[in-house]
Amino acid sequence: MNIREQLNIGNYNAYVKKEMPKSKVFSECIRAFFVGGLICTLGQAIRNFAQYTLELSENEVSAFTSIILIFLGALLTGLGVYDIIGNFAGAGSIIPITGFSNSVVSSALEFKAEGYIVGVGAKLFTVAGPVLVYGISSSIVVGLIYYLLKLLGMA
Amino acid sequence: MGGKILPEGTMILENPVYIRGKGSAVGQEEAKGPLSDYFDIKADNAKWGEKSFEFAEKKFFMSACKKAVEDAGLSLNDIDLLLGGDLLNQIITASYSARDLGLPFLGLYGACSGMAQALATGSMLIDGGFGNNILCAASSHYATAERQFRSPLELGTPKPPTGQDTVTGAGATVISSEKGNNKVVIRALTIGRCVDFGITDANNMGAAMAPSAVQSILTHLQNRGKNPLDYDAVFTGDLGMFGSKLMIDLAQKCGVDLSEVHHDCGSMIYEGMKSKRCGASGCGCCAVVLNGYILRQLEQGNYRRILFTATGAMMSTTSVQQGESIPGIAHVIEMERV
Amino acid sequence: MDYIKAFAVGGIICVIGQILISLTNMTPARILVMFVTGGVILTALGIYEPIVEFGGAGATVPLTGFGYSLAQGVFKAVDEHGLLGIFIGGVTATAAGIAATIFFGYLVSIIFQPKVKK
Repeated sequence: MNIREQLNIGNYNAYVKKEMPKSKVFSECIRAFFVGGLICTLGQAIRNFAQYTLELSENEVSAFTSIILIFLGALLTGLGVYDIIGNFAGAGSIIPITGFSNSVVSSALEFKAEGYIVGVGAKLFTVAGPVLVYGISSSIVVGLIYYLLKLLGMA
Repeated sequence: MGGKILPEGTMILENPVYIRGKGSAVGQEEAKGPLSDYFDIKADNAKWGEKSFEFAEKKFFMSACKKAVEDAGLSLNDIDLLLGGDLLNQIITASYSARDLGLPFLGLYGACSGMAQALATGSMLIDGGFGNNILCAASSHYATAERQFRSPLELGTPKPPTGQDTVTGAGATVISSEKGNNKVVIRALTIGRCVDFGITDANNMGAAMAPSAVQSILTHLQNRGKNPLDYDAVFTGDLGMFGSKLMIDLAQKCGVDLSEVHHDCGSMIYEGMKSKRCGASGCGCCAVVLNGYILRQLEQGNYRRILFTATGAMMSTTSVQQGESIPGIAHVIEMERV
Repeated sequence: MDYIKAFAVGGIICVIGQILISLTNMTPARILVMFVTGGVILTALGIYEPIVEFGGAGATVPLTGFGYSLAQGVFKAVDEHGLLGIFIGGVTATAAGIAATIFFGYLVSIIFQPKVKK
């Protein structure tokens, strides 16, 4: 008995894909929209507070907003709430900066048992690492292009 | 020695191998499921008073082993050999348990097929006269497996619809050459091959393993000259709901109808629990269902003859990250009430 | 009005992410990297600036906003420092976010324990 000879399924991956339980893309998008929207609205409230009540400068406003949201994301992760939100919201809670905070903290938290240096210290960068590598590198590349264009008098 | 091994990996045991004792230990989620009453030991939480999830998994492994030895009416001194495995890197759960139990030990890795792999190896050793009482065990733990193979517990990413949850728990069986009062016997088994149909999605292990299950079960039936209805039940390890559906379909395409007799341990253990999507996976899954539910049903006479097929997805995080496809494996154990 | 715009723009950006996840099975690390890099590129092309002006936090809170800050910072620093600005600008502009992530991440990891949920 050899299943390969007996079975005449050309492309198993395509066959599996056809039979697979589908994720409900539409309802997932609705949930992502609402939760993502809400997190951004919260961000806007923090911005407005920083801008009008604390009267911070523009740069300080963005810094303030990021710090608060990152703190909230980290705290909710520690309390074990963020993954429950994430299960419901999908990308709605992954894409905002709180989700970045969640990815960073969740991997560090998990490796606490391996100690504070090679456990927490190293694993903090499991997700933060790639994001910073690609974010900073791409910003340097566009910076270089901008610099060259300026030299040529084109920007 | 002629006739012991048939073509394509089916072994016919000359000397009956009896099931002498069984033990199962599960976590709290499994204890909420429909099979709860059948499990021997239930932990009150995933850490079970230990300092890490890995230690907790060892406690599950040890508890199941001790329970099985006790159930067999033996002491650890009567056990000739421990065969076991788990899912963690370098099978640390089994190895550290072996250290603490102080038994001669062969560590086995067969991914989620661990329980059947251990039973198969143990049965052959007993048949060959290399032991009288052999302890076979397998374990898995949701938290340890999740972080090794998937994502951190607190990561806010929804799981895909084909995802399966690793069972927290361990099962152990004492197999023996002596008849005694034992009611269940292993007569034949089929060692599976690694079958790879090119699935690369680590969240779709049921699909990766289904072809191997069909391969092994159909090989076994063919070599034994039986058809599915000769068995009261054909259990698969942890194909999950979607994998089970695929397996039935694939078997059908090969001209064998398994739908009447097939049950999947991964679907059974969490049946009716909404949050569990596609069912369960992990070495512990079929290990606890076998030692909790199936063996009891056999002993009580509700089943006369069954096939127990544990399936495994033989991948690692490295192979998945390198884009390699996932081979599946399945070993079949034929058990009978005497 | 600020709030409605932030809600709508933020929501739409998340929906784009959701579609990518649902249809391509991408891991979150990939998504995050893609959004940051995407933010940098869209800003460089001058596309993201108007979105930020319209959507406010709706455009700066998603991770594309992190890319926006990086790129904006680099452009500003190049204007001020020339060639050196390429290396100074990005991290300077996002210093608060990076420092907060590392520090709060560390703090939370020390205080809390990961839990198994139902």
